[in-house]
Amino acid sequence: MNAVLPLAKANGSDCAPVLKERGQREVFCGLTGIVWLHRKMQDAFFLVVGSRTCAHLLQSAAGVMIFAEPRFATAIMEERDLAGLADANEELDRIVDQLLARRPEIKSLFLVGSCPSEVIKLDLSKAAQRLGAKHAPRVRVLNYSGSGIETTFTEGEDACLASLVPVMPELSADAPANLIIVGSLPDIVEDQFMRLFADLGIDNVASLPERAVADLPGVGPNTRFLLAQPFLGDTAQCLKERGAQRLDGLFPFGIQGTTSWLQAAADEFGVDQDHFDAVLAPYQQRAAKAIAHQRERLEGKSIFFMPDSQLEIPLARFLANELGMVLTEVGTPYLHRTHLTQELAALPAGVQLSEGQDVDKQLDRVRAAQPDLTVCGLGLANPLESEGLSTKWAIELVFSPIHGFDQAGDLAELFARPLRRRDVLRV
Amino acid sequence: MQLSVWTYEGPPHVGAMRVATAMEGIHYLLHSPQGDTYADLLFTMIERRNKRPPVTYTTFQARDLGKDTSELFQTAALDVVERFAPDAMLVGASCTAELIQDDPAGLIEKMGLPIPVIPLELPSYQRKEHWGAAETFYQIVRTLSDKNRRPSDRHGRRPLVNLLGPTALGFRHRDDIIEISGLLGKMGIDVNVTAPLGACAADIAKLGEADFNIVLYPETGDLAADYLKREFGQPAVRTVPIGVGATKDFVREVAELAGVDPEPMLKEGLSRLSWWSRSIDSNYLTGKRVFIFGDGTHAVAAARVASEELGFKVVGLGCYNREYARDVRAAAKLYGVEPLITDDHLAVEKAIEDAQVELVLGTQMERHIAKRFGIGCAVISSPVHVQDFPARYSPHMGFEGANVIFDEWVHPLVMGLEEHLLTMFRDDFEFNDHAGASHLGPGHSAPVKEEVPAAPANDTEAVWSEDAQRELKKIPFFVRGKAKRNTETFASEQGVATIELATLYEAKAHYAR
Repeated sequence: MNAVLPLAKANGSDCAPVLKERGQREVFCGLTGIVWLHRKMQDAFFLVVGSRTCAHLLQSAAGVMIFAEPRFATAIMEERDLAGLADANEELDRIVDQLLARRPEIKSLFLVGSCPSEVIKLDLSKAAQRLGAKHAPRVRVLNYSGSGIETTFTEGEDACLASLVPVMPELSADAPANLIIVGSLPDIVEDQFMRLFADLGIDNVASLPERAVADLPGVGPNTRFLLAQPFLGDTAQCLKERGAQRLDGLFPFGIQGTTSWLQAAADEFGVDQDHFDAVLAPYQQRAAKAIAHQRERLEGKSIFFMPDSQLEIPLARFLANELGMVLTEVGTPYLHRTHLTQELAALPAGVQLSEGQDVDKQLDRVRAAQPDLTVCGLGLANPLESEGLSTKWAIELVFSPIHGFDQAGDLAELFARPLRRRDVLRV
Repeated sequence: MQLSVWTYEGPPHVGAMRVATAMEGIHYLLHSPQGDTYADLLFTMIERRNKRPPVTYTTFQARDLGKDTSELFQTAALDVVERFAPDAMLVGASCTAELIQDDPAGLIEKMGLPIPVIPLELPSYQRKEHWGAAETFYQIVRTLSDKNRRPSDRHGRRPLVNLLGPTALGFRHRDDIIEISGLLGKMGIDVNVTAPLGACAADIAKLGEADFNIVLYPETGDLAADYLKREFGQPAVRTVPIGVGATKDFVREVAELAGVDPEPMLKEGLSRLSWWSRSIDSNYLTGKRVFIFGDGTHAVAAARVASEELGFKVVGLGCYNREYARDVRAAAKLYGVEPLITDDHLAVEKAIEDAQVELVLGTQMERHIAKRFGIGCAVISSPVHVQDFPARYSPHMGFEGANVIFDEWVHPLVMGLEEHLLTMFRDDFEFNDHAGASHLGPGHSAPVKEEVPAAPANDTEAVWSEDAQRELKKIPFFVRGKAKRNTETFASEQGVATIELATLYEAKAHYAR
């Protein structure tokens, strides 16, 4: 893998008809995003207003990541909150007082809605206003919903970031152009991108979210933004409503994706093409070298994506185009056609996509296809392994640094490792 | 509302899942929103189960709420029958579905399915995981047990018992039942049914054929045992055989009900724990301060073993499940400690810190607390993590269980001889606080240890003199923190402004036990 593949043009026949399914969905709800969001936004606390199930989910999803005292918690609703014996709002105020007294370093508090709080129609936006007024200026109180009835896994991050957009400072029409990278990235990846933009000569670059919620970037008609993640539909919409424009490219996975993503910014900010090529060349060569190590193992191997994070389509594109893997089925919980136009065009022709899930039927298809590798959630991995099918945990793709040139090799390795292990074991 | 960071117990429907997953041929249809499927990973990841839990979730979404979620439920029920053909189906609602009041029990009744259906009412906003498991198991037993089965004539056959309570995701349940079944076998007693773990509908049907029941895990088995006593008149053994003493009591109690002689078993089957604990190296275990927290049953059992069989001093005892608080209170009285009944892990953390302990016996949660404090810890109770499902055979019950307990509780402590060696060699150039572990070879430095601060944290605390500080550094690192805290507390109680060498030793004498 040396040359970057040319991008196919969208021609309407990018993939086979999308299989839409409606049945049991074996996916996380949006609350799960708190596990990585609270590590990213270091002055923020996430308070889920929900049930014991929500608390249990968070600790199960966080798994071994038990911190001294994490910056998230659950206000567990009890019988008396539902029976109207206790005013849920009063109770919530009491809990928030208790929490802020205990954690004086908290600057931003997210009230996070859950399935039960949505169903009983507890108005958390009102609660956020009330509590925000009470605790201003020390603490800013925001709210969003991570409920399973409204959000699937990574859509929780989308809802969280969308809730930040209205409080971003206003930039006027004569403000200099700025660029925002949208999506929570590991710090190391964010820093790499910042260095790349600086090398390209694009200076005014910020992230949403920043490491501190207090440092939100400004937004206005001269703001341009790049989505770093494919699951940020609502956030993008909110930014557009504030005058910002989305730059369209592939998502920054692998050489092809990262190049396209940076190209979109370079075109917009008038970066000279020769300069662009010169800056990127060493990164691309380095990434190509790293990827080449894994290509041997992955080329010609088949892969099946169960729907999980909405990262599936960009990752499938990377694995097919740069590592020569064969796509059997690429499932996604939700297909955002506008944001994925280029991604769909870059997929090999005729790939079977599926949207939504009926998990038992989909598992039947996995068993029929016998793929070399199945990307799936934690609930399905061991059962499939015990049937002799190698798997990759999808959640690792959300937690690990996988974006950009310098992670392209690591990303490929994540898929190669289960196969290498299968070949190595003699038990 | 209750502010919760980490929880000891999940919601009651997770308890129901633990029962359904433990059994064969039972399917659980759970009316729930998408996201509740996370519970599958508890079983497939933590317990490394190689099959998906037999649970179908309706996974309704917001857009379904305006329409017909009950239709979704009924469709899912038909799918379950067709795809999985279970012998019986449990139906219920998770916390959210409880709020939308679709009445799964009523819906399923109308459908007239061709298999037994067991509706579960598990109030999510009042109850928790253990209760959910106990209630589910009770409902299964009530529905599926054949009321006409009775024990056959006792002449010419061995006594027959049921083992009640083991579930999926239980702490050492897998091995405990092997150990106890073996023990009973040696006593000439056969196991009729073990349930829920490994039982199918036909097994539940024949529960009535046993002469009596043994409740191994009261948290999950008590309700069913009570029912079996009412319905079939089966007495129940409730002594939990954890530790040598409790196992002996258990053997006697079982022998009495079975009409067999306990003496051969008591003479032959004794655990190595007794000798290991009496051997000279164990002298240093005497009076080790131990803090115990877990489910009520395991906590009480651990306290007895710690106190009577290892010679530890129980300085803290508590449980997170209020249903078993009474037993814990009674035991706490026995050891002269204040019982800690709470499901707030921060309260547990505070209690552990205050108790100045050398060993924590707790759950997965206490393991993390102990790790932060640098104290040894062994897990004795659920909630559990992947490490608590060892590949090797490691029961906690019965005589072999006592052996396992000796190893698991003593190994986190610094060994007796080792303790002396550490003191002897503390200034050795290769063997000191700042040298890395020897197995890493040269060139590996140890992690930087927290230095003893010269200045007090605030001006109300005493200042350490240079002499005293030097002396403090000579104290082996694993007790240094405690010595420092004790000395500072002593100094502040005595109103001493500067901690001199003498203050250090006066404090040592003051806290000597």
